[in-house]
Amino acid sequence: MANKTANRTILVDYIARVEGESALDLRIRDGRVTSAKLKIFEPPRLFEALLRGRDFAEAPDITARICGICPVAYQMSAVHAMEDALGVKVEGQLRALRRLLYCGEWIESHALHVVMLHAPDFLGYQDGIQMAREHGDAVRRGLALKKAGNDLMRVIGGREIHPVNVRVGGFYRAPTRDKFAPVVEALKRARDLAVQTAHWVKQFPFPDYERDYEFVALRHPDEYPFNEGRIVSNRGLDIAVAEYASEFEERHVAHSTALQSVLKRRGSYLVGPLARYNLNFDRLPADAQALARECGLEPVCRNPFQSIIVRAVELVYACDEALRIIAAYEAPEVASVPLALRAGVGHACTEAPRGILYHRYEIAEDGSIVTARIVPPTSQNQLSIEEDLCEVATRALDLSDDALRDRCEQTIRNYDPCISCSCHFLRLAVHRE
Amino acid sequence: MARLLVIGIGNPDRGDDGIGPLVGRRLAGHVPPCVTIVERSGDALALIDDWAGRDAVILVDAAASGGEPGRVHRIDLTRDTLPTGLSLASTHAFGVAQAVGLARTLGLLPRRLVAYAVEGAGFDPGAPISPQVAAVVDDVVVRVAAEVCRLQRELAEGTRQA
Repeated sequence: MANKTANRTILVDYIARVEGESALDLRIRDGRVTSAKLKIFEPPRLFEALLRGRDFAEAPDITARICGICPVAYQMSAVHAMEDALGVKVEGQLRALRRLLYCGEWIESHALHVVMLHAPDFLGYQDGIQMAREHGDAVRRGLALKKAGNDLMRVIGGREIHPVNVRVGGFYRAPTRDKFAPVVEALKRARDLAVQTAHWVKQFPFPDYERDYEFVALRHPDEYPFNEGRIVSNRGLDIAVAEYASEFEERHVAHSTALQSVLKRRGSYLVGPLARYNLNFDRLPADAQALARECGLEPVCRNPFQSIIVRAVELVYACDEALRIIAAYEAPEVASVPLALRAGVGHACTEAPRGILYHRYEIAEDGSIVTARIVPPTSQNQLSIEEDLCEVATRALDLSDDALRDRCEQTIRNYDPCISCSCHFLRLAVHRE
Repeated sequence: MARLLVIGIGNPDRGDDGIGPLVGRRLAGHVPPCVTIVERSGDALALIDDWAGRDAVILVDAAASGGEPGRVHRIDLTRDTLPTGLSLASTHAFGVAQAVGLARTLGLLPRRLVAYAVEGAGFDPGAPISPQVAAVVDDVVVRVAAEVCRLQRELAEGTRQA
């Protein structure tokens, strides 16, 4: 047993199984965790500055390059923000197609995270490849699910990574109904595999840990949220997306190239599947609710380690929702709505697989971008991750350094963080004398 | 007829990372029409779907192991593992080495899998292929075309023996 009172420093130089580059620095003094820092050293990527002066129509494809795992989230937040600035609303089958594209990304991203990146933590494997030796069926399920998501993205977006078919106002080309026929079969199989995956993960050993988070997610009057809704929390936050800046702010911290986002009045908060589920349980269809209960979830879950079950439930939901949208799909007569240029400011927030992604653009009369602001989910969760690390480590001080390190890494992966998404910003001050 | 696939892996907009797709494009017309050539970048796990149902697959990728730029490694992945350093470091969760390792564990490798990895000099966004790597493109195309013939022959003989 490790000495609880000793001074210990746990360092993880490079956190594996997350997108991007980060490290952990945990310091323990006199049996107390004195600091837990998620050090993000991914180079800043300057996307907000890069967008200035570019045409408004380029924003979806430029920002999609921020992430290879969640490019649809960037495209969706960008097109909705630009449409907000131009006073355009995309409805009907085009709106449904966007929701369908997002289903593809959720399926692809959640399948990868649940099976290949997070499950090994619970079962004691170094990675998904080691795990595959004894859990081959589970890994095959994960790969088949991921493929179903990829196939859906390819039909709508033209390709599975960085889709090329999304534009402000709609799509460049709307798929015909028959294009979905092979995808439907794959999605039906994927739905069964997702249910099996949910029953597989519910048996994992979950650390006994809950925290009283402020959960923040979108909420729509009658849908489980993807592209639209108000920003709400379990502590009374209920704002239009355009009010985002009045409630949230981003701060520089010395140990990270990513900004940390906080609620101005209350500090840290949590976005992502757990927040979405807790704030929108009543928006899930009865099947998904029943599955959640079968898997041991209450309508509110405060154990971040159980986010893996919530992701599995969302996988099932995304398959169901995709099948529902395809069943009702008729190719629209036009693939995009007309746009009239004007100067303006637009905001949008959509639910990336790992939480809300906020975009704000100011555009000039000629459609060029004057300012851009992007707040990805990982920036929003970063402080919450560090607070979790402090508490989880404090409760696990009896563990050996190796076991404690593993538990901390597992805690970070609860968030499915996308480190490279979080590092798109650098504040540069020039002093002339 | 053997089902044979050549996969050019890499991002053409990142300097020598573009070698895989470039070789794939040059190869078109120099291999029998039954050979499929595709380009891939990004999600390495999807390679496992690409080679499902194929008898033989040739991967062409850039390498960043610190070796002499332009040096060409041939690795028979049916027998050997891909050294992680030879697979161009991916910023994503899974690279080619991991995809091959996972497929091997799950019994999802094709009967024959051969990789050609070309040491790159630079991988900067927007950069062209370096002179050192450009100098070996034709050589790699010739070697991959010969590999295609060799694999077809082997597979045909294997089928006859079986």
